[in-house]
Amino acid sequence: MLELTVYGIVYGSVIALGAIGLTLIYGILRFGNFAHGDLMAVGAYVALFFVAVALPLLGIPETRFEPLSFGWRMVIAIPLAMAATALLAVVLDRAVYRPLRHRKSSPVMLSMAALGVAFLIRSLIYILWGPDPTRYVEGLLRIPIYLPFDIKVRPDQVVILVLTLLLVMMLYLFLQKTRLGKAMRATADNPDLARISGINTERIALLTWVIGGALAGAAGIFWAIDSQLTPEMGWGFLLPLFAAVILGGIGSPYGALAGGLIIGIVQQVSTAFINPAYKPAVAFALLILILLVRPQGIFGGRS
Amino acid sequence: MELSRVVLGILSGLLVAALVRALAARWWPRARWSVHLSAGLLVGVLAGAWVSQMEGGYLAYLVTFCIMAGIYGVFSLGLNVQWGYTGLFNIGIAGFFALGAYTSALITTRKPPPEVWFYFKQAIGLDQPFLVGLIGAALVCGLVALLLGLLTLRLREDYLAIATIGVAETIRILFNSEEWLANGSQGLIGIPRPLACLIQNPPCAWLPDWAKPLVAGWTARDLDAIYLVIVVLALAALYWAVEQGIRSPWGRVLRAIREDEMATSMAGKNVFGFKLQSLVLGAMIMGIGGGLYAHYMRSISPDVFVPLFGTFIIWAMVMVGGSGNNKGAILGGLIVWGIWIGTTFLTDLISPLLGAISPELPARAPYFRYLLLGALLVLVILLRPQGLLGEEKQVSKL
Amino acid sequence: MPSEVLLDVRDLVKDFGGLRAVNKCSLSVKRGTITGLIGPNGAGKTTLFNLITGFYKPDSGHVFFRGEEITGLPPHRIFHKKLCRTFQIPREFKQMTVLENLMLVPAGQRGENLFCSWFLPRLVRRQEAEIRDKALAVLEFVNLIHLKDEYAANLSGGQKKLLELARTLMADPEMVLLDEPGAGVNPTLMKQLVANIEKLCYERGVTFLLIEHDMDLVMNLCNPVIVMSNGEKLAEGTPQEIQRDERVLEAYLGSQYRAAVRE
Repeated sequence: MLELTVYGIVYGSVIALGAIGLTLIYGILRFGNFAHGDLMAVGAYVALFFVAVALPLLGIPETRFEPLSFGWRMVIAIPLAMAATALLAVVLDRAVYRPLRHRKSSPVMLSMAALGVAFLIRSLIYILWGPDPTRYVEGLLRIPIYLPFDIKVRPDQVVILVLTLLLVMMLYLFLQKTRLGKAMRATADNPDLARISGINTERIALLTWVIGGALAGAAGIFWAIDSQLTPEMGWGFLLPLFAAVILGGIGSPYGALAGGLIIGIVQQVSTAFINPAYKPAVAFALLILILLVRPQGIFGGRS
Repeated sequence: MELSRVVLGILSGLLVAALVRALAARWWPRARWSVHLSAGLLVGVLAGAWVSQMEGGYLAYLVTFCIMAGIYGVFSLGLNVQWGYTGLFNIGIAGFFALGAYTSALITTRKPPPEVWFYFKQAIGLDQPFLVGLIGAALVCGLVALLLGLLTLRLREDYLAIATIGVAETIRILFNSEEWLANGSQGLIGIPRPLACLIQNPPCAWLPDWAKPLVAGWTARDLDAIYLVIVVLALAALYWAVEQGIRSPWGRVLRAIREDEMATSMAGKNVFGFKLQSLVLGAMIMGIGGGLYAHYMRSISPDVFVPLFGTFIIWAMVMVGGSGNNKGAILGGLIVWGIWIGTTFLTDLISPLLGAISPELPARAPYFRYLLLGALLVLVILLRPQGLLGEEKQVSKL
Repeated sequence: MPSEVLLDVRDLVKDFGGLRAVNKCSLSVKRGTITGLIGPNGAGKTTLFNLITGFYKPDSGHVFFRGEEITGLPPHRIFHKKLCRTFQIPREFKQMTVLENLMLVPAGQRGENLFCSWFLPRLVRRQEAEIRDKALAVLEFVNLIHLKDEYAANLSGGQKKLLELARTLMADPEMVLLDEPGAGVNPTLMKQLVANIEKLCYERGVTFLLIEHDMDLVMNLCNPVIVMSNGEKLAEGTPQEIQRDERVLEAYLGSQYRAAVRE
């Protein structure tokens, strides 16, 4: 039980990283980005490309930081893949979302477009990497370490947690201390007000995609380090992501963080009682519960 | 075989006639309506005659193609009610697809005898006729949509979208992992085809004696032709029902809701109630589509009802054909299914080319069709959001 | 002129977060009048409209219409009590024709029941013909008949305002709340709008309450005029009385400007 909670926190931190980006996009650009899960998958697969193809070609040796499952290649790949995912997000904004925005399309139309984009991304992953599940390192025995209270954790999971914490802290500093970050929070909170007060919304939009994309990329990689990569992984993330965003209140990054952790823990702990196949359904049930009890989210003001 | 010729000949003739008449009316608006009609009829008869002379293999292929396009046409109609006219964002069509298919299957099949329970489990098996299965499928889907709507339609519009994904996933997992219910991931087999007794020997007991010699030589292919007639009839009936609703004040309120919810409630309409009706009606139509699919395939398993075949392709159909236009939705079903099937040849064509790039690529050639479909959806949204046909200007014209 | 109170607002309160938009506001509108509602920006006029017509639920207080309490009813129920409104920014149904925009409105359309449209098409068709005639008559009245088959989205700003007024007329309202009917309307259309409102009031007995910033319009058209400031009623009287009222001047222009005027 305690162990499941710890696993839940790890899984939840992955969800939270994705949900923070999603909630910022939701709050600032006013639409549900149904391609966000697939952005996470892009991050994971681009990292795979670096780890398995590009970096070996450059002569980066395959070292492993015992007892972790990865080494220098992954350390280099993570920021590169995050940057690539952010870049893709920006390119998609320029190609698809911005034209629709300027045409004053309804938010639902943008969500539709996101759905098409999600599908495009997924088929590209299928074409480039094939349909089979893969891992960054195949056939590795992952020896757990023992913590007090008889909790087993994989060393990778500890690193994932630390890295997530690091990213969240960087985001926190950015949002709280810099002018741009404050402008972003203000826009997420009330876009109309922000526009009136002279904030450059196009620049904020760009920044939102960069941050959302990079965080999604990181989340995808972290998930894939601990588990595996499949082309359909992005679709599976969608429900917990949105549940986390709604739980935390749309537009609130800290709410999304808390929401992600809660969803992650509930999903993992539920496997002790019901068939693990129902994990997505658990996220859905939680979502319905939120909609019934507090549709504006736990931390959000608006509904 | 002969039956297929007749059925396809008539169908393709009618379809082509309608198309030509519509095109003629657009290109020569000054000519009289009788000119348009006779042009359509002439070309239609020619097309029908040509199709009915086709070689048997092509003919059989065309029948299966038309059946699937017709079934997808049913789904497009259902989605058009929800999205095209009311603006409801349902991206969990696959859920209603699966629910309709399974419901109809469980109603029409017989419960397996205890001896085979080890291999084949099924909780219900009512052994009822086809029509009862379809009605049951519609009712169950309607009920699920009702619950979903009661929960989400008062909230932000995109909450419905997220909730529909949840419903679709939950339904798929349910049928996949609950073996006792419908044989889990193995799926159900032996779902009866309506009128299957026609090709048995001796044929159906209810058939009058004079008709028995007529059906004597019929084969499984003729049964496909009969099923095509059933699908087309169902599509026509549903088309009529949706059109009748859309052209009347009911549809006017739906379209007003799509344009501006607040102003609609200010015009004294119970917005929530109408949205609920639209969601439920659309879901019921989708349930019927699912049932039609199950009885065509005769076996279903949960892995069919994935987002691609269950949701995306239907969205592409409605967006391509023209949301807010029922003819467009059906036409979109035909076109997109045609593209989907047609591109199987394309992937064969490009696979040597792909092999030259990388030895792994040819095996992945089918995924280029996914890519094409995604690109199609995005391009339509960007370049022609109203689709091929688009909404008519004056819709209320009862 | 009859002096029956048609709309009675008592101690209405609405808070947004920490901000009190409407503060114990009480006012009443007599039947058969064209009452003006003026006040500086942020005085809570539109919020008051939203409270009366059911878009917001008040935090406390009551609204009576024809002596009947309508506080907190949903908008469509209030509409059925023949209390209609227009919006500050026109909310036309863009992808529907002008005619359809009007035909939507009448209550009690049998064809709004799906089963009626399936099984009693003749009944529905007959009623549709009646509604169409009525809509055409209303379009004739507001001079939009030449645009009946145009998409509502293609109308000019002023024509959209006329369309909004026409839409309320389809409901045979007893009272209409107009939110800035004159904003963004060119002078020709404006004259027409004023003439329409007067004709409706004097010939058909429709009561109007209108928010307006164009003082010329208010002073010519409205009697009485109610002034709101900081979420409450500040003054009420004939246009002449209001124009002379010190408090009104102060609320509008601030004490600085008043000082300037005195010099």
